[in-house]
Amino acid sequence: MMKNEKLLKFLGKKLIRFIILIIFVILLSFLLIDLSPINPVKTYVSNMIVSQEQIAALEAYWGVNQPITTKLVNWLGNIIHGDLGTSLIFRMPVVDVIKERFTASLILMLTSWLFSGILGFILGVIAGFKKDTIIDKVIKVYCYILQSAPTFWIALIILMIFAVYLGWFPTGLGVPIGTLSEDVSFLDWLKRLILPMITLSIIGVASIALFTRDKLIEVMNTDYFLFSKARGESGWNLIKRHGIRNILLPAITLQFLGFSELFGGTVLVEQVFTYPGIGQAAVSAGLRSDVPLLLGIVICSTIFVYSGNLIADIVYNFVDPRIKEGEDNG
Amino acid sequence: MVNPNKNKSLNPLSKINLRTKTLLIIGLTILILVLIVICSFFIDSKEITTNFLIINQPPSFEHLFGTDWLGRDMFTRTIKGLGLSIQIGACASLLSSAIAIVLAFIGSINQKFDTFVAWFVDLFLSIPHILLIILISISLGGGALGVTIGVAFTHWTSLTRVLRAEIKQINTSDFVKLSERFGKSRLWIAKEHILPLVITQIIVGTILIFPHAIMHEASVTFLGFGLSPHEPAIGIILAESMKYLATGNWWLALFPGLALLIIVLLFDIAGENIKKILDPTSAND
Repeated sequence: MMKNEKLLKFLGKKLIRFIILIIFVILLSFLLIDLSPINPVKTYVSNMIVSQEQIAALEAYWGVNQPITTKLVNWLGNIIHGDLGTSLIFRMPVVDVIKERFTASLILMLTSWLFSGILGFILGVIAGFKKDTIIDKVIKVYCYILQSAPTFWIALIILMIFAVYLGWFPTGLGVPIGTLSEDVSFLDWLKRLILPMITLSIIGVASIALFTRDKLIEVMNTDYFLFSKARGESGWNLIKRHGIRNILLPAITLQFLGFSELFGGTVLVEQVFTYPGIGQAAVSAGLRSDVPLLLGIVICSTIFVYSGNLIADIVYNFVDPRIKEGEDNG
Repeated sequence: MVNPNKNKSLNPLSKINLRTKTLLIIGLTILILVLIVICSFFIDSKEITTNFLIINQPPSFEHLFGTDWLGRDMFTRTIKGLGLSIQIGACASLLSSAIAIVLAFIGSINQKFDTFVAWFVDLFLSIPHILLIILISISLGGGALGVTIGVAFTHWTSLTRVLRAEIKQINTSDFVKLSERFGKSRLWIAKEHILPLVITQIIVGTILIFPHAIMHEASVTFLGFGLSPHEPAIGIILAESMKYLATGNWWLALFPGLALLIIVLLFDIAGENIKKILDPTSAND
């Protein structure tokens, strides 16, 4: 009972912090957009032929020439009602665009997040266990190189190998020509998911593997580890009982803290593979000055990153059995 | 157990001690980086001319990285692009460590400022870096300035955290307390006590921002928010190469990206080794 209460209090505190944070994120991004030389009317009109009066009418309608405070108040008022405005390039409500795009991205991000986490952890454990051997060196060099490699370049190389040379996957991984997006079969959808997912997984492995390796080596230098070795435990059993138990939790925490990097990687990977996700929407919104959509995506990504940090905090503070035990005693 | 001495005798570097070896690595990496920057200065943009007689040639001894669809030599373009990246990276990381230093010292004044700085770091970490760079770049109207400022304003957080922790520790030490009793001003303490102790952290931190700065600059340019398409930046080269992937011009994407990777790796190696020299406690890692 006590524990639930504590968790609720913790969550309440976090929620208040989050609300303050999001308000400042909105203010910051709004200010940045307002400073920019973007003119939404020009974007909207783009190729249409319109008279000066019509432009003036549009400007008045959208309040282009209002002071920033009025604009901000209007926009915030709409947000509270769940209305983020209308996207200028998709010509539909921003909320709908984000919902559709974010679901697609979420599948991509979560699968590769899971994949890279498991793979990275296993590689890290192997490297740490076989410290200073050839296997360790290979894994370490692989991780260092991946950490220094630009995400979009890895994506390009993978696209080149698997789509252009081997021809296993279509190069433009959008919807096949001649089919509506609703008619896409599960297989088609899977086909366009695999390459971006592999790319993101490969890149995500590096940090978690290096972290796990260092932690395991740290554990292997402790007295209790030495003692269990002296007792005659060895090999995999030793690592499983004394190593993994101690490093799993920090590794999971780290993986949750990586949501921001994951989002950044997704933006680049989606752009290379033309995967119709939130990252691609963000880039086209930025390039074609779709202000409402861009602001919507910033808010949305902030929520995403914050929830990752929140889960990491909860895991760290409430799941760790050692902390639970300490509470009971005290 | 493998006998370490047996391994070492095979290595010609084993006769040199660790300090000399580390200095050697630093010297070599910096030499390569400086050479690239100097070379890129000597390459005149006008020299990268179009030559339709040699379009789309695969790598050869004459054109190490091949040529593109306008017959431009990719090797020259790549070197020029790398030079550009290093320059932007230098500006951005210097600027961002300046921000970090100022914020860390503001945080050391009192508890309230410290909470504010911690919160400010959280604020900047809560928006994915790439989106924030895009936003800043848009607000400044794009171009080299936009990217540099964007990268600078997103990469100060880690150094600020390190400095903040370090300064907090120094502030609890006896010599700082003694100086406070003597009535020395905060600025004097910052200059005489704190700065000499954190200067290595600042130098190492600045160098370690470099690789991230270069990579983010290339990424944002690749997405189309950074340098203008007329500049031979690595991001631009790779974005262009995407159009020619399907026709099998693999060299357009492979070599410029590989070159960027090597530069980033060199900065990383230089940074880690400089850390070892300046901060002996970390040398045993």
